[in-house]
Formats: sequence, structure tokens, C-alpha cells
Amino acid sequence: MQKAKPFRLMDAVRLGLFGGIAAVLIALVGMIEAFNKREVINGVISMSQVMLMAVAFVSAFFAAAQAHKSKPGQTIPAGLIAGAIVGVLVAILALAIVPLNMREVFVNATPRLAKILMPQGMEGIAGAAVLVVGAALVGLLAAVLTYLPGLLRRSILISLVAVVLLALLKDVLLPVIPEGLGDFLYASNGLTLVGAVTSFIVVALIAYFWMRVRPSTSKRIAAMPPAQRRTMSFVVTISFLIVLFLLPAVLGSYLSEVSDLVGFYIIMALGLNVVVGFAGLLDLGYVAFFAIGAYTMAVLTTPELPLVRGYIPQLSFWVALPISVGMALLAGIFLGVPVLKTRGDYLAIITLGFGEIIRLLVLSDALKPGLGGAQGVTGVARPVLGGIVSDTPQEFYYFILISILIAWFITSRLKKSRLGRAWMAVREDEDVAAAMSINLVGYKLLAFATGAALAGLSGAFFGSKLGSMVPASFNVLVSINVLAVLIVGGMGSLPGVVVGAIVLIGLPELLREFNEFRWWVYGIVLVVMMLYRPEGLWPDATRERELLDFEDEPNVDSEDPTGLAPSATIPS
Amino acid sequence: MFANLRRKYDFTDVLLWLIGGILLIFILYGSIVTLTSGKYTTAQWLNFIVFGLAQGGIYALIALGYTMVYGILGMINFAHGEFFMLGTFGAFFMAEALSATGLLESNWVISILLMLAAAMIVSATVAILAERIAYRPLRRAPRLVPLITAIGVSYFLQYTARGLFGSGVEAFPNVPALAGSIAVGPIKIQNTQVAVFIATAVLLLLLWLFVSKTKVGRAIRSVAEDKDAAALMGVDVDRTIAISFAVGGIMAGAAGVMYGLVFRQVAFYMGFVPGLKAFTAAVLGGIGNLAGAVLGGLILGVIESVGPSLFLEGIGIPAPHQLKDGIAFTVLVLILIFRPTGILGERLSKRA
Repeated sequence: MQKAKPFRLMDAVRLGLFGGIAAVLIALVGMIEAFNKREVINGVISMSQVMLMAVAFVSAFFAAAQAHKSKPGQTIPAGLIAGAIVGVLVAILALAIVPLNMREVFVNATPRLAKILMPQGMEGIAGAAVLVVGAALVGLLAAVLTYLPGLLRRSILISLVAVVLLALLKDVLLPVIPEGLGDFLYASNGLTLVGAVTSFIVVALIAYFWMRVRPSTSKRIAAMPPAQRRTMSFVVTISFLIVLFLLPAVLGSYLSEVSDLVGFYIIMALGLNVVVGFAGLLDLGYVAFFAIGAYTMAVLTTPELPLVRGYIPQLSFWVALPISVGMALLAGIFLGVPVLKTRGDYLAIITLGFGEIIRLLVLSDALKPGLGGAQGVTGVARPVLGGIVSDTPQEFYYFILISILIAWFITSRLKKSRLGRAWMAVREDEDVAAAMSINLVGYKLLAFATGAALAGLSGAFFGSKLGSMVPASFNVLVSINVLAVLIVGGMGSLPGVVVGAIVLIGLPELLREFNEFRWWVYGIVLVVMMLYRPEGLWPDATRERELLDFEDEPNVDSEDPTGLAPSATIPS
Repeated sequence: MFANLRRKYDFTDVLLWLIGGILLIFILYGSIVTLTSGKYTTAQWLNFIVFGLAQGGIYALIALGYTMVYGILGMINFAHGEFFMLGTFGAFFMAEALSATGLLESNWVISILLMLAAAMIVSATVAILAERIAYRPLRRAPRLVPLITAIGVSYFLQYTARGLFGSGVEAFPNVPALAGSIAVGPIKIQNTQVAVFIATAVLLLLLWLFVSKTKVGRAIRSVAEDKDAAALMGVDVDRTIAISFAVGGIMAGAAGVMYGLVFRQVAFYMGFVPGLKAFTAAVLGGIGNLAGAVLGGLILGVIESVGPSLFLEGIGIPAPHQLKDGIAFTVLVLILIFRPTGILGERLSKRA
């Protein structure tokens, strides 16, 4: 990190340009048009306008905050300039789309987009001027916000985000909340004006008081005698579990479906957490084990595939489940042995290669009699419990929840065990760990196998829930998805995994327009997290210390294979 | 006696050699069966090899970018395949414009040069921007951090291309002058393949001259050798790294034009698999080693084009060409396990 240079207005211009380019990119990628049908506040402001304003707001906010630190007098001009420049770039785009016929190159640069970018019902220079002024005003607002005390500012920001989310999640929330509240909050499209203002105030107040009270509460909890603290955490855990078990009754079928999907990813991410978070092995072919679990379940329980049935009888779900997990575990060991001998970043590539090989094999005609080829396998068995076949998402929810709890229990125990400490030692410095007589390959193999088994568990349930299997569901994007969940939540942190899965898997599922852009946003999320918050949203304490260390101590050239050690220089 | 052996060879080593041995036996058996069955004539094999060399030339150009960045930063630039993809899009739009003006038909040499220029500018710009925005702030971070960032950059670029240019596959305009083929003895070589050979050779020569004869090239080699010492000698390390990213981008852009000419299509996802294979090529030749990248690219191209017919058909696997990519990735896995330093060994600095 360089020492902070004194702020110049040029910095505001730069941030404005950066934000403007981001806004133009968002528009050209098609996000603005896709979200245009969504109103945030009915008849007042649409989601696409909110997105443009948010870009202007964020760049102006950063510009103003930088100015505020070194030259308080320039705060307001900095915000105004940054906001206005975002507006200018958007206006240029809006004016240029039709005359330059940009659609020839950019498929989303339609005349409709030009119209959406302009303020309602305006065109030409007048519209552009209004756009720039509006963006500058948003910048001004952001600049004013930097003058507020930190707590108040943070609660306002949280509340703004919450209102937008509330509006976007209308279709999801409306069936769940009481009717009166629903009528009050929501109009035909988006929030009502009164509902938006009320919810903004309510959320802001809650956020404000919660942030005020939290430090003293956590201090009080820390001061409790250990026995009492244990009882309290026990009570909290139990009540949390009860809520989790009652949830499907409230959620209804669609939301249960989404929670099931989130659940699959939580199990997988808990497994990958052992591999990447604990042991520091970047596995990009993780989907292979998920696929192996799912395919084992499918092949063992389907009535199809006559060739396989000639050798293996058709099994029930409960018999196939442990076999699926076992197969994934064996595959983990079998693939792990060659893979783990290679050096640090080669591991990522080699696992990526393995994942692709598995996918290609499944897709190929060569293995079609055994695995169904590109058409996949159908008729996978459902779990049967007491004569009842579980096939609704609500029933699956319980199986997944129990699997998550088991996975959570295993990984949290492992983390604190001798094994977990050995993994962390390997992660931090392989040479030192080896000198402490830790068998590197053995411990890495254990991590790999644990991760693989959990992925297999998730895969087995996934296969059974879908009922049919196509190879297309097992491409490399799944691995990247799980990795993103882990990074956002915080590597090595168990609650982080859950938070990450809800944010990255649950939200896009609920916002259908967003689905098309999720990979684009994931890419940005990965980069931004690595640049500004490598420890994740809910960091693991040890991990955080490690990652925040790196800025003082250079270790560019250290031959550290895991890449996670905070510059351990071994005196020679 | 066994105790002695156990001490010498780890259990995992034995397993590794077992896997390698089994694969080798399969390959040998398959090859012998195919060759003795006489299903393909010599001319057909030679055609496979020519096709593989053209493909390999493209891999080699992409692999150079991986190798330069790895040689200097010790980092796998996952997003490099996307630089190649964006370069192909640059060439594609240039070609569209040229075919609209009719220049593509009347003057193909200038057209291809313009396409090369467009692709190189796009790829190099994206490479420089990615380095500046995403990688430079992380230069001193733990190794996993830039790797994950590179994955993020890769997905960002891939889906930016999808958003900007659409999700379909676009057909590259035809260059009429390169439509035919020439016959050398029994072998038929497509004109586009000839163009790829010539262009690849010229670019490699230029790159070699650049890295070994110019002052900037010396700076690149010195930074690859030792960043701190280079900085003390007055080399601007950040600028040198940016330049090597740009050079990698230029090569990737050129590869994009070649790809467009030979395969005549562009799509947003086309960077991933060639990128992974080019990485394989770089590792095969010895990562960080420029000559190795070229050698690795050519060898991989040939293995991939000959392999399915030679190894797999003999074993009796139906539709072996579906597993073409599988062969390339198996090569990657085997190389990383048995000879991670590649054929020619590592280091950019020593063997430029």
C-alpha cells in the first residue's frame, strides 16, 4: 500500500471516468434493458435507473470520501464532478447508439436501450443535459453523506440496499408475508411510495440501533462465565435449528426448491472448504466428485441402462447413497495421489484438467452404454422413508438439512482436531510442516478425500432430486460457483460458507433477470473480493490474520507451494 | 529386501508409475492395432500431422503469453485464453467491415494485416488493463490470491463478450484468396494452413529478436531472473511486466486471427479450451521457456490430431474424436505428474 497522496480533483475525474465506463459496460452487456421492466418504486423509479444511479453514487462516494480525508474543502466538488462525469459518459452512449448504428457490433445497443438510458420522455441534448445534472445531484448526495457520522451513514447505506432488495424480491416475499402488509408495501410492480419510505426508515432505525448495541452486547457476552455462555450458545443453536426445521412449512414449494439448491451448494462448499480453506489446495475440478456422486446414484438406481443392469441389480436410494459417497471418496483418493504430488498452482490446472476429462468421458459415446451419453440417465430413485416416497422439494429440504448438519459437524470437529491443525500447518508452510514430521501427501490426501466425499453426498442427493441426469449440469462452472461461494463467505470459515451460498446461489435464483448475468457478476465479485477483502464477508479468525499480513512483508519469490503462507522465510 | 524398496519408493510413486504404465500399454497396443489394420494410408496420416501442426501453431502463439507471464511473475494467467477470444472478436469485426467494403476480396494481404492489427490491439489492450487493474495491486499477495483473481478476470471477460456480442456462434467471413489448397506430394495443405505456418514463423522470429536483441527484451529477461536486482539496475519493473503482458496479448491476438481463418467461427466461450490447451503446451515444453512453448504447442497439436485415430481406434472405442480434448488434458495431467519441468526445462531468463 502506498502512502495516501494528497487528494486532487483529477482523482475525482478518474473515479468518475471509471464509474462511467462501468455504467456504459453494464448498459452494453444488456443488464439495464433486462431490469427495465422492474420498478423499484411503482411509477417513480425503475431498477435500471437505480442501477445507473448506484454507479454514479458509488464513484462519487469514493471520490468524496477520499477528498474528505485529506482536503475536506473539496468534498462537495469531488462528489459533483465524479457524479457528473458518470452522467456524461452515459449520455454520450445514449446519444451515440442510434446515429453510429452501434448494434452492428454490440447486440444490446438497441434504440430501446438509448431510450431507457434517457430520462423519461426526453431525447437529444435536453435529455442528455438532464441526465448529467441528475447524476451530478446523485454525486452531491453521496458527498453530503460523507459528512454524516459513520454509524448513521452506514445504516442509511444498508437501508438503501435493503429497500432495493425488498422491491426486487417482491414475487418471492408476497406469498409469504401477511396480506395486509403485502398490500401496504407492494404495488402492482415494485414497492408503493409509502411502503418504500416506511421500510427505509424502519430498516435504517433497526440497523442503527443494532450497530449501537452490538459492541456492548458482545462485551457482556464475553464477560459471562463460561458455563453460562455455553448454555446460551446452546439455547441459540437449538432455537435456530427449530426455525430451520419449521421453515419449509412457511416457504412454500418454490422457495423450498431454491433452498434445496442452496443446500446442495452449502454441502459442496463445506467440502471444498476443507480442501481449499483448511489445507490450501486450490481444486478447480471439484465438480468431478459431484458428478461421480450423482452418476453413481443414477446408474445404481435407474431402471434404464440394460447393460449395467446385467451386472448390478437395481438398488434403492438408501443402499445407493453410501455407495455414491464411497465412490466419490475413492475417486478423491485415486485422483488425489497423482495430483497432490504436483506443485502449488499446477494443482489448480491439473484438477481443472481432471474435471474436464471426467465430463468428456461421461459425454462420450464410448461410455454411453454405462452412463447414458449426452442424453443422460432418467428414472433415478427417490428416497423412500416408511413407505412414503419423498418427491416434493419440502421433503427433500429435510434430507438436505440433515446432510448439511452432518457435514457441518464433521468439518467443524475436523477443524479443531489434530488433523485440522496439521492441515493448517501444511497450508501455511509446507516445508515447516514437513519438518514437524507431518506427512504432506497423506494429510493432503485426507483433505482431498473428505472434500470429495462431501461433494459425492451432495451429488447423490442432487441426482435423486432431479430424477434425471444430463452431463451438461456438471461443467466447470459448478466448480467456479462453489469457489466463489467460498471466497465470498470467507475461506476456512463455516458460517461464511452458508452466507456465501445464500448470497451467490439463492439471490440469483430468486431474481430471474439476473440469472443471465450471474457469471459476469461472479467474475467481478471474485476480482473485487481478492483486491479489497480477501478474507471474505464472514472471515475465519486465523485466516484473516494471515491474509491481512501480506501487505507489510513481501514474499514474491518465496517458493511456497500452497501460496498461503504469509511470507515465511526460512533461514538457511 | 522389501523394506529397502519401501524406503526408496513411496507408495504413491508406485501408484503413479502404475497409472503411467497402464496408459502407456494402452497407447502402444492401440497404435499397433491401428497401424497393422491399415485403415489409414500414409497420406492420411501426413494430413493428420499437417492439420495438427497448424492447430499447434495456434496453441504455440497462445502458449507464449502464458509462458512469458509465468516466467516473470510465476503466476498462471488464467484469463489469457480470454485475451485470445477477444482478439478473435476484434479480427472478426474488422473482417466484417472489410468484407462490407469489398477490400477482403480485392486485396487480401492488406485485409489480413488489418485484421491482425485489430486483433492485436484489442488483445494487448485488454491484457494491459487486466494487469493494471487486477494483477498489479496483488503483486505481493499470497500465491492463491492472484490465481483466484485471474479466474475472476477470465469469467468477467468471457461473459462481457457474451453480453456485448451475443451468445451465439458467428461465422467468420471467407477470405476468397485463401480458399483453395496446394498439394505437396500426397499431402493436401489448405491455403489457410499455409498462412498460419508463415505467420506463426514470422511472429516467432520477431518475438525472438525482440526478447534477445532489444533493450526492452533484456529488461524482460532481467525481471524474470530477479525482480529486485533488476529494479536496482534501473529497470522499471512495473512497466516491463506491463510490456510482457502486452506482448503476450499481441501473440494471443495473432492466434485469434489464425483461428478465425482456419476454423471460421467466433463465440464467447471459445477462449477456455484453447487456453487450457495452450497452457498444456506451455507446460509440455517447459513453462517460462519461449522455445519450449512453441515446441510444446506443435507437439500437442500433432498428438491431438493423430491421437484419437492412432491410440483410441485401435482399442475399439467408438467415436474417438469426441475424446480429442480428453487426450490433450490427459497429456497435461501426465506431464504435470511425471515431468513438471517440461521437455526443455523452465526459466525465461536463461533460454530466451
